[in-house]
Amino acid sequence: MNPEAEAGGSGPMDLVLWGVLPYVVLVLVVGGLVWRYRYDRFGWTTRSSELYESRLLRIGSPLFHFGLLVVIVGHVVGLLIPDTWTRALGVSDTLYHVTALAFGIVAGVCTLAGIALLIWRRRTTGPVFSATTRNDKLMYVVLVLAIVTGLGMTVYFAGVELAGGHTGDYRETVSPWFRSIWILQPDIAAMAAAEPPYKLHALMGLALFALLPFTRLVHAFSAPVGYLFRPYVVYRTRDSHPAAAGQSARATRRGW
Amino acid sequence: MAERSQTGRAAADREGRSEERPIGRVMAQVAMVMNLDKCIGCHTCSVTCKQAWTNRSGVEYAWFNNVETRPGQGYPRAYQDQERWKGGWVRRPDGRLVPRAGGRIKRLATIFANPVMPSIQDYYEPWTYDYETLTNAPLGDDFPVASPRSALTGKPMKVEWSANWDDDLAGGPELAAQDPIVRRIGDKVKLSFEETFMFYLPRICEHCLNPTCVAACPSGALYKRVEDGIVLVDQDRCRGWRMCVTACPYKKIYFNHKTGKAEKCTFCYPRVEVGMPTICSETCVGRLRYLGVVLYDADRVGEAASVEDEQDLYEAQLGVFLDPSDPRVRAAARRDGIPDRWVDSAVRSPVYALAKRFRVALPLHPEFRTMPMVWYVPPLSPVVDTLTRTGHDGEEAGNLFGAIDALRIPVEYLAELFTAGDTAPVDLVLRRLAAMRSYMRRVNLGQERDETIATAVGMTGTEIEDMYRLLALAKYDERYVVPTAFGVDEADRGVIEEVGCSLDFDGGPGMGGMGDVPFGEASGRPDAASVETFHALRERQTSDGAATGGRAGTDGRVNLLNWDGNGRPEGLFPPRDGGGTDNGGDRGAGPGPR
Repeated sequence: MNPEAEAGGSGPMDLVLWGVLPYVVLVLVVGGLVWRYRYDRFGWTTRSSELYESRLLRIGSPLFHFGLLVVIVGHVVGLLIPDTWTRALGVSDTLYHVTALAFGIVAGVCTLAGIALLIWRRRTTGPVFSATTRNDKLMYVVLVLAIVTGLGMTVYFAGVELAGGHTGDYRETVSPWFRSIWILQPDIAAMAAAEPPYKLHALMGLALFALLPFTRLVHAFSAPVGYLFRPYVVYRTRDSHPAAAGQSARATRRGW
Repeated sequence: MAERSQTGRAAADREGRSEERPIGRVMAQVAMVMNLDKCIGCHTCSVTCKQAWTNRSGVEYAWFNNVETRPGQGYPRAYQDQERWKGGWVRRPDGRLVPRAGGRIKRLATIFANPVMPSIQDYYEPWTYDYETLTNAPLGDDFPVASPRSALTGKPMKVEWSANWDDDLAGGPELAAQDPIVRRIGDKVKLSFEETFMFYLPRICEHCLNPTCVAACPSGALYKRVEDGIVLVDQDRCRGWRMCVTACPYKKIYFNHKTGKAEKCTFCYPRVEVGMPTICSETCVGRLRYLGVVLYDADRVGEAASVEDEQDLYEAQLGVFLDPSDPRVRAAARRDGIPDRWVDSAVRSPVYALAKRFRVALPLHPEFRTMPMVWYVPPLSPVVDTLTRTGHDGEEAGNLFGAIDALRIPVEYLAELFTAGDTAPVDLVLRRLAAMRSYMRRVNLGQERDETIATAVGMTGTEIEDMYRLLALAKYDERYVVPTAFGVDEADRGVIEEVGCSLDFDGGPGMGGMGDVPFGEASGRPDAASVETFHALRERQTSDGAATGGRAGTDGRVNLLNWDGNGRPEGLFPPRDGGGTDNGGDRGAGPGPR
């Protein structure tokens, strides 16, 4: 998929993949979310299929979602916190990696098992399958690839390390690159030096991000945290709605 | 405390004026009463409601209005069993109310798979028929048959249940015995069941004063409207978490499985806002529905909903209602921004009269602690019928009173429905209805008015005659006392133009065209054909002359669905010779003079 990785150093392909692509994806995500919020708020939903089938969903969905939450936390820690910081805190590299691997593998397996169950349910439960769009199928492919590459990579590197081999530390390649994106000075060389599995997983991740605003995954951005802090019963006047939908180009849609 | 926050944003400025119980924040609620004595179970309300609101894909199974036979399981099956479905509120030992299915933390913890959501099978799997076979089948000896096809999968299916499968006690004791109330009060009802005790219970959303569905919505999409108390789902904010479905103890919130959003009875707000009754009321064959404004003290709702004894909830809710004839109430209403027009309407409200003045209407399942606002006059008919069958004079006061006592069994059943099991209020209602029959029979027969009949049930003869007028004679304008909306658009100017027409956008309810669009079905902008239909219908119903065929901008087009046969819409017929004008020619100026 990315043969230039073998070449070492950073070629033009690296520039495109690690210098340009992240920003394209960023624009897609931000622009896509803004666009969708303005023009398709009605389509912004989980599109739950629990009404059709709940027995498998009740196991698969929490397994997947909670697993994914841990995975996300793991990514945040791994990508955002520089290794110098953890070392300064007195966490040895070994301890760090063992902890990360343990959590990562457990959470990854849960996520993968969850989504496997969900996909199996989706395929075998008639009404759920009927309600599956092409958009959903594409999303599932990318999502599963992202999970599989991530988990596979983790397991593979853990295996190599256990066998006494040596693998590159992503905290010296992927993480600096990821952080450099946000300060608009992409460290292309760092990512170019990463091992191929990391690159593959990063590309899958970028693909998944690019899809986020345009699939049902968009529901992730409406995690109802505000619910914890609001009074139980919501009152609203008839005219308060246009304020909320003020940015929308089209007329206010009332509830019914 | 949860209920203290009842008043929300809109009333935050009203806090802290309750030392010696002055009138708190006054709010208005458009409410309904149904007289079960008159319900013949024809389902017209259900059908017209369905045509108006849920004749779309995704809500095939949803009936914002349904009619159940009692005893029976109801729709969805056994929805009243809150041990199972976890709807409504529970009072904790410290007196606070929390949703039975759990508070905020538990809601969010179970957000990935709602543990107690009814499945489609608990409602029923919607179906259609394979009509194509009827025309495509090759010639043969047998007539082709249109067999049922699941509306979910398109596959052949066996039809086993629907919204009124146990109508008229179909299925007999086996099905009726699964009625949660029958199970609770046991053999007592079965005996009566053998005497074919049965009545119909039409149900819509209760538009509660203390709605659990609203409390359970993580997105804040569900809300109670300040002006008229109607509980609505903001379709743009609903994210499909489905917590409301569980939280509503009446199971009157439906998940649209195509759009992934919750939908519910809207109290036909586009009609109510322009002063028209809801579709279910408008089309009720038995004329058993009453609509009117009830003023209530919003600051007392939380307190009333959390009284310790469930059987006190009925009285507590009555205590929250305010008497609109009281000048202090009128002043407080004005203080809180309720137009005098609405207070005047509340004075004439048949709902207030039946619920509080005559006390013959009762709330449905007050023990759910949601303070429901669709109330019921319990049925007396079985009592009269039973008496008549046994050869007694079914309308003689003494006989009737005695019979109500003797027929304890239905009274207990009714009490489980309407007063959390307390038979006294139901008993009083039935006595009052019985008294009204006896009293009015004497009047009709030209006999002397017997005031003792009235006093025996704590009323006066005049009150009985007023009640009789409302229950037996009331015409359209007396049954439906609905003021036009107030608020944003200065409805006081007398022009309600477009205030209520919230269907005036692309993709409103009833739209077709939910095809294969990129972000899942029903995203994007579907057609708006029925918006036009809605406007045309309203114009036709509210104007004196014949409809001109639509809104500005659609002149020249004729929508045959909206043409009622009156007048000559422009473009439908060739022009007449002689240049005579007809009302189809008044462009844009509404119906012309004839």
